[in-house]
Amino acid sequence: MKRNIFLIFLLLAVACALPFLVSNYRTFQLTLVLVYAIALLGLNILTGYSGQISLGHGAFYALGAYCAAILMDKAGVPYWATLPAAGAVCFVAGFLFGLPALRLEGLYLALATFALGVAMPQLLKYHHLEKWTGGVQGIVIPKPEAPLGLPVNADQWLYFFTLFVTLVMFVLGWNLLRGRVGRALTAIRDHAIAAEAMGVHNALYKSTAFGVSALYTGVAGALGAIAVQFVAPDSFNIFLSIVFLVGIVVGGLASISGALYGALFIQFVPNIADEISKAAPWAVFGIFMIGFVYLMPTGVAGAVRLLLARRRTP
Amino acid sequence: MDAFLHQVLAGLATGGIYASLALALVMIYQATHLVNFAQGEMAMFATYLAWSLLNAGVPYWPAFLLTIGIAFVGGILIERVVVRPVESSPVLAIVVVFIALLVILNSVAGWIYTYTLKSFPSPFPQQAAFKYMSPHEIGAIGITLVVLAALYVFFRFTPLGLAMRAAAQNPESARLVGIRVGWMLALGWGLAAAIGAVAGMMVAPIVYLDPNMMGGVLLYAFAAALVGGIDSPGGAVLGGFLVGVLENVLGAFVIGNELKLSVALVLIVGVLLVRPSGFFGRVHVTRV
Amino acid sequence: MKLRFLIGLLAASLAHPVLAQKKYDPGASDTEIRIGNTNPYSGPASAYGTIGKSIAAYFKMVNDQGGINGRKINFISYDDGYSPPRTVEMARKLVEQDQVLFMFQTLGTPSNTAIHKYMNMKKVPQMMVATGATKWNDPKGNPWTMGWQPNYQGEAQIYAQHIIKSKPDAKIAVLYQNDDYGKDYLKGLHDGLGAKKSMIVKEVSYEVSDPTVDSQIVQLAASGADVFVNITTPKFAAQAIRKAYDIGWKPVQYLNNVSIGVGSVLTPAGLEKSVGLLTVAYLKEPNDKQFENDAAMTQWREFMKKYYPDGSLIDNLNVYGYSVGQTIAQVLKQCGDNLTRENVMRQAANIKRYRVDTLLPGVLVDTGADDFAPIESVQLQRFNGKEWIRFGEVMGGR
Repeated sequence: MKRNIFLIFLLLAVACALPFLVSNYRTFQLTLVLVYAIALLGLNILTGYSGQISLGHGAFYALGAYCAAILMDKAGVPYWATLPAAGAVCFVAGFLFGLPALRLEGLYLALATFALGVAMPQLLKYHHLEKWTGGVQGIVIPKPEAPLGLPVNADQWLYFFTLFVTLVMFVLGWNLLRGRVGRALTAIRDHAIAAEAMGVHNALYKSTAFGVSALYTGVAGALGAIAVQFVAPDSFNIFLSIVFLVGIVVGGLASISGALYGALFIQFVPNIADEISKAAPWAVFGIFMIGFVYLMPTGVAGAVRLLLARRRTP
Repeated sequence: MDAFLHQVLAGLATGGIYASLALALVMIYQATHLVNFAQGEMAMFATYLAWSLLNAGVPYWPAFLLTIGIAFVGGILIERVVVRPVESSPVLAIVVVFIALLVILNSVAGWIYTYTLKSFPSPFPQQAAFKYMSPHEIGAIGITLVVLAALYVFFRFTPLGLAMRAAAQNPESARLVGIRVGWMLALGWGLAAAIGAVAGMMVAPIVYLDPNMMGGVLLYAFAAALVGGIDSPGGAVLGGFLVGVLENVLGAFVIGNELKLSVALVLIVGVLLVRPSGFFGRVHVTRV
Repeated sequence: MKLRFLIGLLAASLAHPVLAQKKYDPGASDTEIRIGNTNPYSGPASAYGTIGKSIAAYFKMVNDQGGINGRKINFISYDDGYSPPRTVEMARKLVEQDQVLFMFQTLGTPSNTAIHKYMNMKKVPQMMVATGATKWNDPKGNPWTMGWQPNYQGEAQIYAQHIIKSKPDAKIAVLYQNDDYGKDYLKGLHDGLGAKKSMIVKEVSYEVSDPTVDSQIVQLAASGADVFVNITTPKFAAQAIRKAYDIGWKPVQYLNNVSIGVGSVLTPAGLEKSVGLLTVAYLKEPNDKQFENDAAMTQWREFMKKYYPDGSLIDNLNVYGYSVGQTIAQVLKQCGDNLTRENVMRQAANIKRYRVDTLLPGVLVDTGADDFAPIESVQLQRFNGKEWIRFGEVMGGR
């Protein structure tokens, strides 16, 4: 336990030092990694812990991103205030989606979430909503500057802001998942009927899981929009949802550190694939995916756990 | 009224496309209890192989049969080499492998054949007396129904079909009765790939051959298979026609083309809420 | 005496560098010019990735022939998968890490919109973007961004004018792709028709993820329109042309320039079904019979065989890449030894009636301090079943 805390502090120290050691461009990439980590933790709460598959989490990411963009662009809301707003909207949306989804299991739930993921870009492009969403042209967002004249540039400030939000979200998530709620979700995932018989209110927990999961991904979306400074409907297509799913599987299902590993994978491996082959970059990405799943079927987090366990037992 | 009829018939034509791929999806599900997201790309790749054969001078029907054969072998190979090693992994890990396959096949097809549009010939006569549907579209629906009938007979009345269904439903008991479960899975993949190849060769003359040909179709085929019942081939075909007509009618008369896909999917999800196993799917009763 | 001579020699040798002054910004040196690019080599728009590949091949040819003013071109191109967040990431990598002199032919309207502000803030040229949106021609507001191809709105306005002139009582049906490119064309059509916008009786859209546009064509035919403005990308253009013919709908059809490839669109659609199609063009078509023995196109075919053998010889996107490569080569030649970003923009805004031989006769590249649209001239042409026959005069531009 003590060693864990020491490791986490070490990681944190490294994370704080990084933006001063690498270029602005790398800091930007690391900010995106943190954003994806929050999104993947959200998806993991739903799919890994609660066992409800979602092929449409890109929709919540998009919803959060557009919340932030519209608030900043049309209402002049400061960037940090858009995060709670995006989170709240996505929580409600996720909860409302989770209610009817209670009746669906496995594949059928996958289809319903798939429908959500496919519908979102269409909704964002819908010409009656164009006044708010900017339609196909999207919305450009100004970059936040460091406040109070702190000696960091805009990229570094955004990184630290994102790091702070990531820490808060991860700590809250860890707290949630290791307590009653986490146990209830895992019980539902493993054997829903037994859980209900034991007094776990399935409907409430499952819908809340949807809501919380959407909240996390929505906050990530808002942060992502601020980092990239641009939102457009077709950036949030079904492939984004699929990439998120790949991320949590490669990172490790039902694991908080898995969200971070998964985020590193989906951010950096496509770049590596692009450098290996210009002719068929995604083929290389696909090969990486297969490789990771072969070598580590329980994800990187699972493999790390196995390694540590093996070292502990003589 | 004429416009409505026209849209319905056009919907049946595109529905036929969805139905043919939905059949392949159901096939693989019946054999393995998994939904293979790479089915569309496998079908697309098989169609490109057919195109290469035709380009090399092989006449249509021999090329057709040869492609089905190659696809069958290819499906078995994929099962042995790619899917077998991850068999015992969590379901989502297998899903990721399928997604990887999808991405690899799409990318490699684009690399080998480029993204320029290619036309694919149709074995049916070109000129139509019936102006609402082309002879090919009618012919493609016909072929889909023939494949459906063949599948039905295979699963219902042949020992091999029974063995495959047993292997998928309860591998341990099946092994105990002497069924070689491993080979049943491989056979399932081979058959699904072959059906996919037929689907691809019927679809390509309508939508034109390019690496992204099956992307949109897979979406609809998935919805169709589920709304008809994922373990019912007949349901999948019916689901395909339903989705095709629904989409066309919604787009032309109800909601406009911008939202027709979303609304169609929402309606399908609505159906699933009322009948969670689809129209003809088997309702699974689990013992607690 | 000798001392004075030596001093004079020394003075002369010191003065000499001032005459041949070399000025470099990051990305330029005595031996190379680094050019950055993003293209969709993967994802839904990967069909356009061939542009990046043909440009890379063109620069390889330029380098084999000695480079430009003795410098080799180092063309660094990254995949952005047509996803704006990735475009932002790759653009930052090119500008901040790879230190390119300028960005060239970044592809896609949303992709370029995402980096528009960044490029102008960093004062790095966003050169000859591969999109026909109208907003790139804005020298006052965004002096570091410039387009290349004739813009979509201008093209649609030409169609509108032509319809008004030749068929004033027409009933117009429009099919358009539901994204920035399609909507830009649509705006141009609306603006061009102006008060006569009511001539449009039916407007339907489609998504790139739709398998076919057959249903949309049936809807348009049912509206009773006799003019059809077809704003579609190649695959859907072929489907639309064929379906319209098959259901017996024979309107006067205007096809957008993006999809006029004889080999890549009209042949799959059916040459006999494409008779009478109208469009505007500025590039020579690779499969057009009249250019079979054209010197420039023959040279292009040899270039493709030698430097880009994987590329398709019937894809007009490969002619596009070759032509825009020639344009930037001219700009760099004009820069001489002054390879600052500012000078690159200045020379790009100073292309005077330059002839690229793979452009149609009469179409010239021309820019000025208040004209950041290099190609504006186009000519109407009609398809006769075998080739595109130009008619009328070269319009637009100076």
